[in-house]
Amino acid sequence: MNKPNLGTLGTGTAVLVLGVFLLLQSNGALDLNGAQSLFGLALCVLLALVGSSFSRRIARRDAEPEAEEEDLATAALGREASRISKIGFALGILLGAGLLYVWATGSLEAVGKVALAALVVTIALMLISAPFWLAMVRRLGSERVARARADERSAVAAHLHDSVLQTLALIQKRADDPEQVALLARRQERDLREWLSDTAPSRPDERLSDALRAAAAEIEDSHGAPIEAVVVGDAPLDERLEALVAASREALTNSAKFASKGGPVRLYAEIENGSARVFIDDRGPGFDPRAIPNDRHGVRESIIGRMERYGGKAKIHSEPGDGTEVELTMRVRR
Amino acid sequence: MSTPSVVIVDDHGIFRSGVKAELEGMVEVRGEAETVEDAVRAITELEPDVVLLDVHMPGGGGVQVIEQVSKARPQQRFLALSVSDDPQDVIAIVRAGARGYVTKTITGEELADAVRRVGDGDAVFSPRLAGFVLDAFAGDLPAEEVDPELDQLTAREREVLRYIARGYLYKEIGLRLNISVKTVEAHVSSVLRKLQLSNRHELSRWAVSRRLVD
Repeated sequence: MNKPNLGTLGTGTAVLVLGVFLLLQSNGALDLNGAQSLFGLALCVLLALVGSSFSRRIARRDAEPEAEEEDLATAALGREASRISKIGFALGILLGAGLLYVWATGSLEAVGKVALAALVVTIALMLISAPFWLAMVRRLGSERVARARADERSAVAAHLHDSVLQTLALIQKRADDPEQVALLARRQERDLREWLSDTAPSRPDERLSDALRAAAAEIEDSHGAPIEAVVVGDAPLDERLEALVAASREALTNSAKFASKGGPVRLYAEIENGSARVFIDDRGPGFDPRAIPNDRHGVRESIIGRMERYGGKAKIHSEPGDGTEVELTMRVRR
Repeated sequence: MSTPSVVIVDDHGIFRSGVKAELEGMVEVRGEAETVEDAVRAITELEPDVVLLDVHMPGGGGVQVIEQVSKARPQQRFLALSVSDDPQDVIAIVRAGARGYVTKTITGEELADAVRRVGDGDAVFSPRLAGFVLDAFAGDLPAEEVDPELDQLTAREREVLRYIARGYLYKEIGLRLNISVKTVEAHVSSVLRKLQLSNRHELSRWAVSRRLVD
C-alpha cells in the first residue's frame, strides 16, 4: 500500500511557508521583531509534527479495512476514498499554517480583521465537519463496492450456468458412455481452470506457450484423448516457431489417434537459452520409424520436413511395443 | 515397509471414499479427517506413515495441518494431493514441509506408489510440479546473490526433472540416464530440499506472477 504521506505534505508546507517568510524578511518587505518570527517558526514546525502524526493515524485506520478486502476492485475503491480524505486534510493543514503564520508575524492589519474572522470560522467549520465528510466518502465507497460485488456475483452465476450446469446436464444424459463423460469432464475442467486463473488471457496467436497449450487442448477435444501439456519458458511467435507449433500439432494428432489407450499423451516444452524444444511422448503401441512408407505424409513431411525447412530438427524414437517420443528443436530469435 | 499406512485429510467425503477404494490392497487407510482440527488429532493418534493432505480446506488448509502436526510429530511425512495446480498453493505446501505434490487425477496405482516413496523418505513430483520447478529455477542470478547449494539446480537434476515433466517413471529415467533408481530418487530429494530452503527471490515472485491453473 502506498502512503502518499500527509506527514510529508505537512512538513513540506511548513518548509514552504518558512521559505517565503525568510525571503520576505531578507528583502525587507517584512519588518518583524525577533520574538515574532521565532514564534511563527515554532508554530510552523509544531503544525507539521501534529499533521504528520495525525495523518499517519488516519492512513493506518484507512489501511485496515483495505487489508481485509478480498477483491481488487474493493481495494481500489478503498484507496480512492482514503486518498480523497487525505487531500482534504492536507488542504486544511495548509490553510491553518498560512493563517497562523499571518497571525504570528503580526501582519494582521494588512489582511483585515473581518477577512481573518471569516477565515477562522471557515477553517473551524472544516475541521469540525471533517469526520462527517470522511464518513460520507467512505460510505459512498462501500456502496460502490457492494454494487461491484453484486455485478461480479451475477457474472459468476452466468458463467457457471453456461458452462458447468450445461456440462453436468450433458454428463447425466451420456451417463452410459464413459468416454464421452470423461471427455466432457476434462473439457469443463480445462475451461473452468482457465476462467479461474487470473493470469493474462491466453494469446495463442502471439505466444509460443499459449499456442502449444491451445493446440493440445484442441486435439484433446477433437480426438477425445487426454493430453497433458507442461510448458517452461516462453517466446513470441514468429514463422519458425509457428512451424514448430504445426509440427507439434501433427505429432500430438498421431499420438492421440493411435496411442491414447496407454495413458495420457504428454507434451513438454522448454524454451530457454535461445532454443525451443518440444517433446511429445506417448505410451502407445509404437512403430518402426524406418518402416514409414514414403507416401505417408504425416510423419515424414508434416513433422520432419516442416522442421527442417525452417532450420529446425525433428527426432523420432519409437519401437514397436514401447511408445513413441518425438523431439522437436527450433532456434528462437532473441 | 510392506504396506504403508495413511490418513486421508480432505473435506470432500466422496473424494475420500474414492481414494480409499483406489488404494485398497496397496495401502492401509488408517483414518480420515475433514477439518484441520480433526486431522491433527487423527494423525497424532493414529501415527500413519504418510498423510495424504488436501491443500484447501475450510478453517485453514494443509499448511496449517503440517505446522500443527510437526510440533508433536516432526518426523511425520506428508504428500499433498490437490485439484489445484496453482503454483502459489504448490510452493506454499511444499515449503511448509510436504515431501511431494500430486494432482487428484492421478491413478490409484500411481498414488500408492507415491505414498510408498514418501513413506520411504523420498520426494514425489508430478510432471507439472517438475515443470514449475524448472521454470522457477530458470535464468541466471547475479553471482553474489547465489547460494550454489540451494539456489541452483545441477545439470543432472534438471535432466531428471525434465524426464519427470515428460511423464517418465523413476525406473525409466534411471534407464535413460544410466543411473540407478536410488540415484534418481536422491536427485529428486535434493531438488525438494532446494525448493524448500532456497531463498531465491524468483521462487516467490514466480509463484505470484504465474498463477496458472491450466
